[in-house]
Amino acid sequence: FYLTPPQVNSILKANEYSFKVPEFDGKNISSVLGFDSNQLPANAPIEDRRSAATCLQTRGMLLGVFDGHAGCACAQAVSERLFYYIAVSLLPHETLLEIENAVESGRALLPILQWHKHPNDYFSKEASKLYFSSLRTYWQELIDLNSGETTDVKEALINAFKRLDNDISLEAQVGDPNSFLNYLVLRVAFSGATACVAHVDGVDLHIANTGDSRAMLGVQEEDGSWSAVNLSYDHNAQNEREVKRVKTEHPKSEEKSLVKQDRLLGLLMPFRAFGDVKFKWSIELQKRVIESGPDQLNANEYTKFIPPNYHTPPYLTAEPEVIHHKLRPQDKFLVLATDGLWETMHRQDVARIVGEYLTGVHHQQPIAVGGYKVTLGQMHGLLAERRARISSVFEDQNAATHLIRHAVGNNEFGTVDHERLSKMLSLPEELARMYRDDITIIVVQFNSHVIGACQNEE
Amino acid sequence: AAGMFLRLLSDVRWQAANPKWRRMTGSQRSTSSTAEPHPVALPEQAQVVICGGGIMGTSVAYHLSKMGWKDIVLLEQGRLAAGTTRFSAGIVSTARHMSLELKMADYSNKLYQQLEQETGVSTGYVKTGSISLAQTQDRLISLKRIASSLNVMGIPCEIITPKQVAQLHPLINIHDLVGAMYVPEDALVSPANVSLALATAASRNGVQIHERTSVSHVAVQNGRVTGVETDRGQIRCQYFVNCAGQWAYELGHSGKEPVNIPLHACEHFYLLTHPLKEPLASDLPTVVDPDGRIYIRNWQGGILSGGFEKNPKPLFTEGRNQLEIHNLQEDWDHFEPLLSALLRRMPDLEALQIMQLVNCPESFTPDMRCIMGESPTVRGYFVLAGMNSAGISYGGGAGKYLAEWMVNGYPSENVWPLDLKRFGALQSSRTFLRHRVMEVMPLMYDLKVPRWDFQTGRQLRTSPLYDRLDAQGARWMEKHGFERVKYFVPPGKDLLDLDQSKTFYKPDWFDIVGSEVKCCKEAVCVIDMSSFTKFEISSTGDQALESLQYLFSNDLDVPVGHVVHTGMLNEKGGYENDCSIARLSKRSFFMISPTDQQVHCWAWLKNRLPDDSNLTMEDVTWKYTALNLIGPRAVDVLSELSYAPITPDHFPSLFCKEMSVGYANGIRVMSITHTGEPGFMLYIPIEYALHVYNEVMNMGQKYGIRNAGYYALRSLRIEKFFAFWGQDLDAFTTPMECGREFQVKLEKEMEFIGQEALLEQKQNGVYKRFTMFILEDHDTDMDLWPWWGEPIFRNGRYVGKTTSSAYSYTLERHVCLGFVQHFDEKTGEALVVTTDFVNQGEYEIDIAGQRFQAKAKLYPFSSLFTHRRRKDEMELSGYQGE
Repeated sequence: FYLTPPQVNSILKANEYSFKVPEFDGKNISSVLGFDSNQLPANAPIEDRRSAATCLQTRGMLLGVFDGHAGCACAQAVSERLFYYIAVSLLPHETLLEIENAVESGRALLPILQWHKHPNDYFSKEASKLYFSSLRTYWQELIDLNSGETTDVKEALINAFKRLDNDISLEAQVGDPNSFLNYLVLRVAFSGATACVAHVDGVDLHIANTGDSRAMLGVQEEDGSWSAVNLSYDHNAQNEREVKRVKTEHPKSEEKSLVKQDRLLGLLMPFRAFGDVKFKWSIELQKRVIESGPDQLNANEYTKFIPPNYHTPPYLTAEPEVIHHKLRPQDKFLVLATDGLWETMHRQDVARIVGEYLTGVHHQQPIAVGGYKVTLGQMHGLLAERRARISSVFEDQNAATHLIRHAVGNNEFGTVDHERLSKMLSLPEELARMYRDDITIIVVQFNSHVIGACQNEE
Repeated sequence: AAGMFLRLLSDVRWQAANPKWRRMTGSQRSTSSTAEPHPVALPEQAQVVICGGGIMGTSVAYHLSKMGWKDIVLLEQGRLAAGTTRFSAGIVSTARHMSLELKMADYSNKLYQQLEQETGVSTGYVKTGSISLAQTQDRLISLKRIASSLNVMGIPCEIITPKQVAQLHPLINIHDLVGAMYVPEDALVSPANVSLALATAASRNGVQIHERTSVSHVAVQNGRVTGVETDRGQIRCQYFVNCAGQWAYELGHSGKEPVNIPLHACEHFYLLTHPLKEPLASDLPTVVDPDGRIYIRNWQGGILSGGFEKNPKPLFTEGRNQLEIHNLQEDWDHFEPLLSALLRRMPDLEALQIMQLVNCPESFTPDMRCIMGESPTVRGYFVLAGMNSAGISYGGGAGKYLAEWMVNGYPSENVWPLDLKRFGALQSSRTFLRHRVMEVMPLMYDLKVPRWDFQTGRQLRTSPLYDRLDAQGARWMEKHGFERVKYFVPPGKDLLDLDQSKTFYKPDWFDIVGSEVKCCKEAVCVIDMSSFTKFEISSTGDQALESLQYLFSNDLDVPVGHVVHTGMLNEKGGYENDCSIARLSKRSFFMISPTDQQVHCWAWLKNRLPDDSNLTMEDVTWKYTALNLIGPRAVDVLSELSYAPITPDHFPSLFCKEMSVGYANGIRVMSITHTGEPGFMLYIPIEYALHVYNEVMNMGQKYGIRNAGYYALRSLRIEKFFAFWGQDLDAFTTPMECGREFQVKLEKEMEFIGQEALLEQKQNGVYKRFTMFILEDHDTDMDLWPWWGEPIFRNGRYVGKTTSSAYSYTLERHVCLGFVQHFDEKTGEALVVTTDFVNQGEYEIDIAGQRFQAKAKLYPFSSLFTHRRRKDEMELSGYQGE
């Protein structure tokens, strides 16, 4: 069984999406030119989600990738809701009041977000009312809390993350009279999701990260080459600071059982996540909710299972780590991706591949035979690889697709091998997850002219 | 890289080769400082100065000195044979499409073969033979056409099967081949050594050779070469020969009087390998795989393989100083497709070790033919360059022709296809050259099919009607930079893509042209023929008439308003040009000649007209738009538009009148159509062109007028047996040989150029005869179409070649035009061709090895056409510059 190149392309391109920031008067005045995004499932159904939206009541653009585990319910909910929480957190007091008054008097609401969605990126209709009322409660609290200070983006991001996770938890505890919704909020709470979100406003780039997805900045050096700058830290066992944090939050007696086999309590890979109430609620709360919950929940062995050595919950938080970066003209693009990408590719390669793709320039060193002993056959093989690298660029109209092609199809030479690509993509559903994870990528391209101009003004 | 060059030159014992010129260049070899004076001073004066010590320069020097010219200086900026010549792959191949190129290559081969014996310089000559492979049936047809040409020239050659290929060469993968052509006498040489051998012989004959001497410019006075400026001083001379290879263009432009030599360099790559485990035999045939775009020859036990890729890299566009030729980089990524083709052809080479990828620039010309001849603007300035990477194959023959040209005034063959004067200033734009050579280089190995048009450098010269015609479906070809319509694709109809339309069989436009021809025969068509070269020659007294009477063979002392068809002949009576001349007034003449005559005809006349300020000649080509109204209803259209009587009584054939057409006045109307069909040529001042065209089309509607193109015109003229200059007629064809004695004023007591030769021919008979052939057993739908250059057989013996052909929609047969010769069966000596000889033979035309019966005719099918022809006069001339 063998996929033809057009078949491979149709699989790779099924979920690709591109957005170009519209121009005004022939000019793009935004620091963002646009973005490309795509995802390739390994799980069936895919557990990754992505979101992108422009804030309409404040400036800036929001982009995020969400990696779900134990099902996709939590990632789905976060992808729908988180940006509203962030947008609301950023809104000035007057706007919040205006919105609240509109809702109160049944007037049309000011639109808060303009979504940029692929047709496959759905929102659940059934839960919208519930989600809205939780959100409204949040902004009402914000109105009451009116501190009079201008909103700090970092703080807003942290608040939004925490608040949404809190709401997810509360909704599950309270339940819903509608049995479908009741089951939904429980699935959301008992599954989990990491989130890596970027907020771009002019030259201010904020990355809020919870979990092991990653944000990376592509920087073009003066000699034209590409380098990568990390804008997030993975929250997992490889991050010593993170391990230390978890350990300080719990009694010394638990030190040994906290992190086992590089997992939290020997179970969970990410050390921070939305949902996952099994790592947040007390055992009593968990038991109560499950028992009063629907039968499907009771039948699920995973939800009923209490993590071992579970003494001092919560063990998990959704609080993000926020990094602020001032964009410079040499910062050409930002890659947000779930760990499916980073497991297969080094960030340096990601920077080079995307950079070369976006600029259309290939910094392939010319080959010189010199004094080496090279046969015609060897040279032929080498040249074919180099050519394939270039030709695969022209196949893709989307930087994220191009990156996925490399992530899945790269051989030991770092070039796309069609045969490998074909094999990887034709794996049966049950096997696919063994060889690769869901991959979700957003590549944001920056507008160096605008960034340069902003920099000069400052 | 240096190591490789040494290796290539390892057998060049050039220091010991010839004491004479070694003494002249002497110790400079080790001297790098230019400040140090050269011990051997340049002469102050020489008859000829040749610039360039590559294969071309040394070949010209060799041949000139052999022909008896001794006072020759050859200047080389570096060392002899150090430029492109040194890097050349050294393949001598006679498998050429054009018979002139084939002859040059054949001569070179024979010359090189005996050169070592003649000079004592080892030339590395090995007769290996060559195999040209065909991966497709079309390619095989192309090879068969060449094979037919080679065979009639007596060059051994055969079409072989893939199995035979395997027997000739052990490494070739034959699985994808349909056949091949084997030329057993093709050879390999060491190019630098051939050049040194030629230099050695020339030097022995008295030619002075100076290395490390570069020409800065050529001094010109009164349109003649007077000397050469070098970095080592001045040399006065009568002749200068520019053999500067890829620097020829720049050298041509270095003087005050520029000489346009349109050529441009492209990088060319070939691969050298270490020897095979079992080293390849040095006489293993060279392999050319045009479908894979590569050639492969044996080289020191390994192979040398290069090719002509689809995406060439032009260089030196901005001049020579941007990059040194020796510093060019290898580019493996660029070479990848050719390497793939090589390994596909010879899979066993996979394990062979690479020695080097050589980057050796080659110069290419706008039409893939080399450039030779005298500058049209500077007398005594000769050029031989632009070899399109066949310099070694052509070197001997081209040098010989140029030497003959200089010594005798003209070469022993018709070299018009290579003549520098086929180009004008318009082909000398650097941008044009850069773009065009990128198309030409891949063309080296592209399939050469009939009616192929260049795609680059187009829309340079256009008629004011271009957009109008284009909007009506015109498909264009280009001649001398001018866009001309081939045919009009009717609305709703579509033709094949460019690549798919390539065929040796019936083309996709067959029916389209057929309907245009039908309209010309039955109603009226209009063809834009503005590209024709137009001169006006006038004088205050009788100077114009007197001069023209001497320069042209027909009697031009005709009443005002008459048009005369006449040849412009050389001393041997051959056609230098074929034109129509209208006498506008007693003292002024309007001359129309083929499009590509613009430079040549101007130079010819300029050099021969008396230097008289009362006699003026002006090129008015750009001032007039020419519309050809062809067909029986042309007269109706024109009379309605002019309110003037245009009956044969008022406007007989071969007349010229200025009249009004529509609102426009001063339109020069001539009753000629260049096809033998009734109709008129309208010469319209360009500002009226659109108006007159619109009027003609509107008025013509009720007579069924439509646009037509050159393909229709060609079909018409060929079925009427009209010869056309540049295709059928050339400097080696006289009016006597093509049945045009009536266009020559032999009986009159007036002297004209070529008269003597024609009188002699009249006395003794001609040695070739222009003949029309109608193919008998040829199936237009199924069989290969004739083109030109097909061998003609009479009673099974070769008697000549065709010069043009077309499908006649009237006869519903193919018509070929060509020349019949008569060779003695035993001695091969050329004999007089009589009418009886032509009429009494059984003829066959060989199209790619397949022979078709043909009926020969010396006169057109007048009976078929007389009812449409006017009684008073026969118009018997035609040319349209195909």
